[in-house]
Amino acid sequence: MNFDFSDDQKMLKEQVRKFLGDKSGYDVARKHLEGKDAYDAGVWKGLVDMGLTGTAIPEAYGGLGLGALELCVIAEELGRAAAPVPFSSSIYLAAEAIKLFGTEEQKQKWLPKLASGEAVGTLALGEGLKAANPRNIETAFANGKVNGLKQPVADGEAADVAVVVVNSGGSGEGAISLALVDLKGDGVTAESLRTIDPTRPHAQLAFKDAPAELMGPAGQGWSQLQRVLDGAAVLFAFEQVGGAEAALEMAKEYALERYAFGRQIGSYQAIKHKLADMYVKKELAKSNAYYGAMMLNDEGSELTEAAAASRIAGNDAYVFGAQENIQTHGGIGYTWESNCQFHYRRAKLLALTVGASAQWKEKLVSRLEAKNAA
Amino acid sequence: MDFNDTPEEAKFRAEVRDWLSKNATLKSEAKNANVDRTQDQVVKRNKEWQAKKADAGYAALTWPKEWGGAGASPIHSVIYGQEESRYDVPGSIFAIGLGMCIPTVMAWGSDEHKKRFVKPAIRGEEIWCQLFSEPAGGSDVAGLRTRAEKDGDEWVINGQKVWTSGAQFCDYGILLTRTDPNVPKHKGLTMFWIDMKDPAVEVRPIRQMSGESGFNEVFFTDLRVKDSQRLGKEGDGWKVALTTLMNERLAVGGSQGNADVDDLIRLARDVDIADGPAINNGAVRERIADWYVQAQGLKFTRFRTLTALSKGETPGPESSISKIVAAKKMQDLGSFGMDLQDQGGIIRDRNVSPLEGAYTEQWFGAAGYRIAGGTDEILRNIVAERVLGLPQDVRVDKDKAFNELPKGK
Repeated sequence: MNFDFSDDQKMLKEQVRKFLGDKSGYDVARKHLEGKDAYDAGVWKGLVDMGLTGTAIPEAYGGLGLGALELCVIAEELGRAAAPVPFSSSIYLAAEAIKLFGTEEQKQKWLPKLASGEAVGTLALGEGLKAANPRNIETAFANGKVNGLKQPVADGEAADVAVVVVNSGGSGEGAISLALVDLKGDGVTAESLRTIDPTRPHAQLAFKDAPAELMGPAGQGWSQLQRVLDGAAVLFAFEQVGGAEAALEMAKEYALERYAFGRQIGSYQAIKHKLADMYVKKELAKSNAYYGAMMLNDEGSELTEAAAASRIAGNDAYVFGAQENIQTHGGIGYTWESNCQFHYRRAKLLALTVGASAQWKEKLVSRLEAKNAA
Repeated sequence: MDFNDTPEEAKFRAEVRDWLSKNATLKSEAKNANVDRTQDQVVKRNKEWQAKKADAGYAALTWPKEWGGAGASPIHSVIYGQEESRYDVPGSIFAIGLGMCIPTVMAWGSDEHKKRFVKPAIRGEEIWCQLFSEPAGGSDVAGLRTRAEKDGDEWVINGQKVWTSGAQFCDYGILLTRTDPNVPKHKGLTMFWIDMKDPAVEVRPIRQMSGESGFNEVFFTDLRVKDSQRLGKEGDGWKVALTTLMNERLAVGGSQGNADVDDLIRLARDVDIADGPAINNGAVRERIADWYVQAQGLKFTRFRTLTALSKGETPGPESSISKIVAAKKMQDLGSFGMDLQDQGGIIRDRNVSPLEGAYTEQWFGAAGYRIAGGTDEILRNIVAERVLGLPQDVRVDKDKAFNELPKGK
């Protein structure tokens, strides 16, 4: 039984943790709460300089050629710090999608730039309030041009390239394709959106006859997308585990230093049991995420189930942890000055960003049902 | 990252498989796997199997060779357990003795005690029980009232224990008593081993709310034990008990009931809600997803612990979440399985109810499982205090003599 990360991977994790601990504290996140920057340039440059953006990109395309497990440990630390950088959009989503489904030419064009941080990528999936299913994708691809409106798109203003989920004609899942669009090219306008977490900006992308290329044959987009989302769900789950751990740590420290009714509030069972519940959910999420990591790294047959379980447990652990962290702090936790808000915002953002729990539960149970019937 | 054995573990697993295949029947091939047996039959079957295991060297894998163990590592014990679980062998009546009592004897007993008791226990010739809980001391075990009073070279014991598994067929027990009520509760306790066949020991089965009897009350009326039966010093009973209790989670853990997520999916396909199969109902699907995620979380938490053992490391604190999650899941899943049967869930009949009544029985059983071996609440305190490092609750009884503490009914 070797259900753990290697010593090298743990060492990488420590390096990332130390860097983010030094350079990406809550004071840095706070600058971006009301600022206009697309992301924190200093933190982003540091991550790029450490080579982290190229971690899982093959050496032939300018990366380090490591695997999903290395990305997972990086993700956990990005989540712990609630770092204000476009790593997830550019790497978990855009780079992974291009690596998996891009043509050779597309890979050569974009992967080295994503690896070196010269370009930022993203995924443009949602179209407003409608659930992201084939029926609701109206952004159209025809004759090498994309037309339509995508929102919310993470890092939509900062990104240079987007993997855009499009309707390329036909019906049902067969109508969906993935298209690559140069966001700095013609026919693209990005407009900033007001969101729940300004430390991770989102935009509305309007495409008007924007030049685009399909990734692979038309009509494969829906299943390609599912694979991309499965992988991203695992990586986001590691961010959630890191975030849940940070929220628990904050709550614990406050419970030790705050006195009420003549003693530390952490000595009351009402607080103890709350924190124990945070710990329980965090560990369940971590254990599920580990299996997700293993399936992702091995491209295993249970990737979809493992990704769904990682996501459901991750959503639960981080949202619960972030909200109960505020509750443990009492009134001070609800103020603008408190750092509790960073996790409250980020937890909810992550719980929605590649699909809410209800969507993933449905995906999971459909899968289990099919297996159970077999 | 993988689930593979090390070469050494694989070799051991192959040996175990080979031995089991020659000495036991696979569950899948066993006839009469679920027959009702009398208590005598259960004890006999257990003893025979334990003796076989002991002869082959698998009965006390992690114990020192000096006392009859195999001197192997915890991962060997886990591997043996994994392999044995595929076979139709008796569920062990020695779990408490070997898991809790004998480790306490080995830690605190004299060499004479160890020579006398360890080997017969390994071979299943003698069965042990643990006598700690009392009507007035459950979660607060140190609040126990069973008195031991010194009389020359002997002690005279009076009082009552409760929730003693297996007391009706046990040969020996370890008994925690109060020897000094004039000092704070933790300081006045002393541990003894006792002969359960002594006429001054009376065992009465407890009828659980499910109607079954898996536990007992044990009464002591002027039970006389020699001072040489003391384990640890007079007044050190709490320290000794902690050795036992540290082993309890390992001995109690595990069970999640008989019905799990796969069963629930099958059931949901078979029964209807309104006009269609329950499996198509959103509320049903959500709960299936939640329990699947919990079950996977528990499984992979265990794998993380096993990984540490496999590497010869001390497992992290993550295993402390297992019973908190497993017991509640067992109760809720059982209860929901009954709900899916609609009014049919009222019926408690193995021959009528789905899965031979497993949902109903685990619904009954889980109410006890959430209490046994540390209640949900005590386990949360343990996580908060020992894992997260939060301070102990204020103890109003800490510095007061035991006999001055307020007593409820």
